[in-house]
Amino acid sequence: MNTIQLETDVLVIGGGTGGPMAAVKAKQRNPQLRVMLLEKANVKRSGAISMGMDGLNNAVIPGHATPEQYTKEITIANDGIVLQKAVLAYAENSFDMINELDRWGVKFEKDETGDYAVRKVHHLGTYVLPMPEGHHMKKILYRQLKKCRVDVTNRVVATRLLTDAEGKIAGALGFDCRSGDFVVIRAKAAILCTGAAGRLGLPSSGYLFGTYENPTNAGEGHAMAYHAGAELTGLDCFQINPLIKDYNGPACAYVTGPFGGYTANAHGERFIECDYWSGQMMLEFYNELESGKGPVFLKLDHLAEETIRNIEHILHTNERPSRGRFHESRGTNYREKMIEMHISEIGFCSGHSASGIWINERAETTVPGLYAAGDCGSIPHSYMLGAFVYGRFAGENAAQYCADTGVAAVDGEQIAREQARVSAPLARAEGLSPWQVEYKVRRMVNDYLQPPKVTRKMELGLERFDEIREDLDRMSAANPHELMRAMEVHAIRDCAEMAARASLYRTESRWGLYHYRVDYPEKDDENWFCHAQLKRGAGGAMECLRRPVEPYVIELDEEEKTAYQRLRVAKEAAAA
Amino acid sequence: MTMSATRTQVPVRVDEEKCIAHKGCTVCVDVCPLDVLAIDLAKGKAFMKFDECWYCLPCEKDCPTDAIRVDIPYLLR
Repeated sequence: MNTIQLETDVLVIGGGTGGPMAAVKAKQRNPQLRVMLLEKANVKRSGAISMGMDGLNNAVIPGHATPEQYTKEITIANDGIVLQKAVLAYAENSFDMINELDRWGVKFEKDETGDYAVRKVHHLGTYVLPMPEGHHMKKILYRQLKKCRVDVTNRVVATRLLTDAEGKIAGALGFDCRSGDFVVIRAKAAILCTGAAGRLGLPSSGYLFGTYENPTNAGEGHAMAYHAGAELTGLDCFQINPLIKDYNGPACAYVTGPFGGYTANAHGERFIECDYWSGQMMLEFYNELESGKGPVFLKLDHLAEETIRNIEHILHTNERPSRGRFHESRGTNYREKMIEMHISEIGFCSGHSASGIWINERAETTVPGLYAAGDCGSIPHSYMLGAFVYGRFAGENAAQYCADTGVAAVDGEQIAREQARVSAPLARAEGLSPWQVEYKVRRMVNDYLQPPKVTRKMELGLERFDEIREDLDRMSAANPHELMRAMEVHAIRDCAEMAARASLYRTESRWGLYHYRVDYPEKDDENWFCHAQLKRGAGGAMECLRRPVEPYVIELDEEEKTAYQRLRVAKEAAAA
Repeated sequence: MTMSATRTQVPVRVDEEKCIAHKGCTVCVDVCPLDVLAIDLAKGKAFMKFDECWYCLPCEKDCPTDAIRVDIPYLLR
């Protein structure tokens, strides 16, 4: 294993959505800075939006919504546990970002007057802006990276962050998944944009790579932040999404809702008032799925031909373009009958729920010099536009941080330890294959952590995850590609343990299905109206702690507070 | 090393008549987020080396000669 030494000022880890934006904004803030964008795949087609995106789910556009109203909506959707000033900072900068993307060439839907054509999907406000041609998103980001002369390094997998004697960021370590070379990168600041921990639960198909999230996003950012001493938050608030059964495409409220499509039970009846994804919505979904009226379906068969053609164009050509051929092979057609739905595997993703690396309104983590943005950060329900806005914050603030910071001395021991960990699977001729260990840990995640959560089951899960920790040192890799899978399993196991510990810590139920504990079924505001944080303790073991919810900057009225608790259709709806 | 050779039908099919990897093209290998494609150097053609497909389609859409077809993996069909 050769070692490659690199040095930069701002190191951005992850080139999907937030990462390219962070790199561009750091460079724009100070063109003299060296900015490196490290990507484990290729920035041309990486991350959650590798094939594009069909719309903005949370556009705060004057005339349609206000930052204050949006902040209220997300506060309520997240059961009150939010850092409101960080949500507000997103909302106040959302419109500028949309206009910048518009100038970069992103095609948003506009009405006949040239105004953005926003649609209502959320329970209270109007924030959804379609991008019917959103498959060009990665090309547009790539053009900006070239224009700003960002140094792009593809196919390098970051595995650990380097810290100096004071605990500040000093760089990162990793390896090239093609050559197997060990890579040491010294940097003044690092920005984690590694996406969701999407390979945590196992899809019910049992297919390791059939995940909702791009499976490249295996939770390495969460693991790296943890090992560098950063606080993570909301790891008890799982991501669980309503999907087409056996296919990883959303159903999808954001696209079909405004056209008249909805989620229905086996009788074709609507049972939730609002299809916007929230924990409360998922609990109603789960209850219906498991009831005598289950399973749950996506209902479009009542819509006009023209409308269905429109929906097909959006759903089958943007975010998940293989969706049409799934329906083709199943012989299912939106026109003829309802499409069976199911719930996804669990994951960590602030894009849809609230779990991730704790960041404030400046995208700062609790480790000096370390920033995070996008799905691996902690701004709840922030989606693609949130990744862009927080990517901007992270890039600009990291650039500013570099002005007063030198490149720290590197700690030889940290490097030696990591090189030993990363080179071990290649050196082992005999051993467990990475996919065997991955399958086992993810199957245990399903068996013991998939909500409804049960205390004793989660404790048993922890015992299994401890045993699997020993299996990590028995994995062998035949080539650098398998080494990548092996190192991902390390991160997946770390995330599994974090999910169990954070869920056990919060002895109440909150966020609907996301943290539904059967043996603590009630919400307990008196004891648990707080963030549950997790970090590496002094002894090296995981430690949970409470972080108070900061006083709101925007007050809610009583009626609003419970809006998301009243999602079930009040009386039996007539069959449509 | 103790290992098995379990056969699997993989989802990415390459039309070797159309594939121009022997001319130096590596587009599909470059764009795959999961890095599961490779070039068979003896044949000069792309192939799916690792059964880890997310059926996301950059390989198919970005191929300059339309040589690739991605099926939904059998387990999900």
